[in-house]
Amino acid sequence: MTDFTLWDLVRNLLLASRWTLLLSAIAFAGGGIVGLALLLVRIGRNKYGRKAVMLYVELFQSTPLLLQLFLVYFGLPKLGLDVSAWLAAAVCLTLYSSAFLTDIWRGSVEAIPRGQWDGSASLGLHYLAQLRLVILPQATRMAIPPTVGFLVQLVKSTALASIVGYHELTKTAQILTNATFQPFVIYGLVALIYFAICFPLTKWSRGLERRLAVSSH
Amino acid sequence: MGYELDFGALLQYLGLFLEGTAVTLGLTAVASLFGIALGIAGACAFRSKHLWLRRVIAGYVELIRNTPFIVQMFFLFFGLPSIGLRLSALQAAALAMTINLTAYAIEILRAGLEAVPPGQREAGRSMGLSPLLIFGFIVLPQALANVYPALVGQITITMLESAVVSQIAVVDLTHVADYIQSRNFRSFETYLVITLIYLVLAVLMRRMLALAGRQLFAGRVR
Repeated sequence: MTDFTLWDLVRNLLLASRWTLLLSAIAFAGGGIVGLALLLVRIGRNKYGRKAVMLYVELFQSTPLLLQLFLVYFGLPKLGLDVSAWLAAAVCLTLYSSAFLTDIWRGSVEAIPRGQWDGSASLGLHYLAQLRLVILPQATRMAIPPTVGFLVQLVKSTALASIVGYHELTKTAQILTNATFQPFVIYGLVALIYFAICFPLTKWSRGLERRLAVSSH
Repeated sequence: MGYELDFGALLQYLGLFLEGTAVTLGLTAVASLFGIALGIAGACAFRSKHLWLRRVIAGYVELIRNTPFIVQMFFLFFGLPSIGLRLSALQAAALAMTINLTAYAIEILRAGLEAVPPGQREAGRSMGLSPLLIFGFIVLPQALANVYPALVGQITITMLESAVVSQIAVVDLTHVADYIQSRNFRSFETYLVITLIYLVLAVLMRRMLALAGRQLFAGRVR
C-alpha cells in the first residue's frame, strides 16, 4: 500500500481531530450548563432535590460511559426515539460531564467557610444574592483547576464515541488502519495527537492549582 | 412505538451474565494486583537520585494519563503484531489495563510516600533497621493507608473502563450484552440490565474494598 504517505495519514488524522475537539467543546459547554443547574439543586434547600442530584451523579460515575452510549444509541430507537451517532455522543457526553462537573463544583462550594454564608446573611442578602455575590465568586476560583483537569478526562472520553460510529479521531484511525494496514504508525500518531491536546491542559490545570495554593496562604 | 419491554427474555442468559462478570472482575483483579505492585516500584523509583530515571517515569505517567485507554489498547492489540509481538485479545486487554492503572497508581502512591513524615524513617534508622525493612514495615504501610481511598477509586474506574475491552472481542460483561442483544433484538433491556450490573459491581466493590481497608490499616484509614 503506497497510496498513503505518512503526511497523508497525519493530515487525515489532524482533520479528524477537529471533530474530537468539537465534541469535547459541546459536551463541556452543555455539561457546564446542565451541571450548574444541578449544582443549584444540589446545594439548595430541598432535601429530595439534593438526594435526586446525588443519585444522578452516582449513576453516571458508577456505570461505564460505553454502556451509557449503547443505551442511548442502540436502546432508545427500540422505544421509538431515533438518534444519530452524533446526537447520541453529544447527549451522552453532555450528561456524563454534567454529573462530574456538578460533583467538582459542589466540592468547591462546600469548601467555602460557613462564616461566609452567615456573614452575607447578616448583611440582609437573600439566598440567591448570597450565592451570586459572595459564595459563587469565591467557589469559582477554587473550582477552575479541577474543572480544567476534568476537561482532559472529557477529551479522552470522546474516543468512545468512535464505537457508535461517530467519525472523530479514533474512528478515523480505524478506517485508515483498514485501508493501509499500518496500525503501529497510525495508533502511535493518534496517541500523540491526543497527548498534544491533553498535556497542555494538564499542565495548565497544575499551574492554576499551584497559583491557587500560593495565593490562599 | 408499541414496543413492550420484556426483561423476562433475559433470564435464559443468566449463565452468560455470570461468565461475563467473572471476566470483567478477573481482568480488574489482575490489573489491580500488577498495577499497584508496579505502581509501588515506580513511585519508589521516582524518589531515586537518578534524574534520568525520574524523567522516564514522569514521561510514562504523563503519556498514559493524557491519552485515551481505548487508543492504548488498540495500539497494543493491533499495532504490536506489526513489529512481531502478537498478543491474544485477553492478554492485550490485561496488559493495557495494567499499563493504564500503573500510571495512575504511580501518581497516587508518590503522593502517599511524600506524605509520610521523615521522622518515621529516621526513627526506623535509629532502631538499626535496614533500609528494606524500614520501607516494607514503616514507610509503605503508612503510604498505602494515606492513599487507600484514592486507590480504591482508581480500581473502580479501571473496572468501569474495562467495558472497552469488548471492542477487541474479549468476552467481558459488555461483550455478553452485545451478543445477547444481537440474538434477541432487545437492545434496550439488555444494555439496561448490564449497566445496572456494572452499577452494582462498582458500588459493592467500593464498599468491600473500604471494609477491607479498615481491617488492613486498622485505625489509619479514615
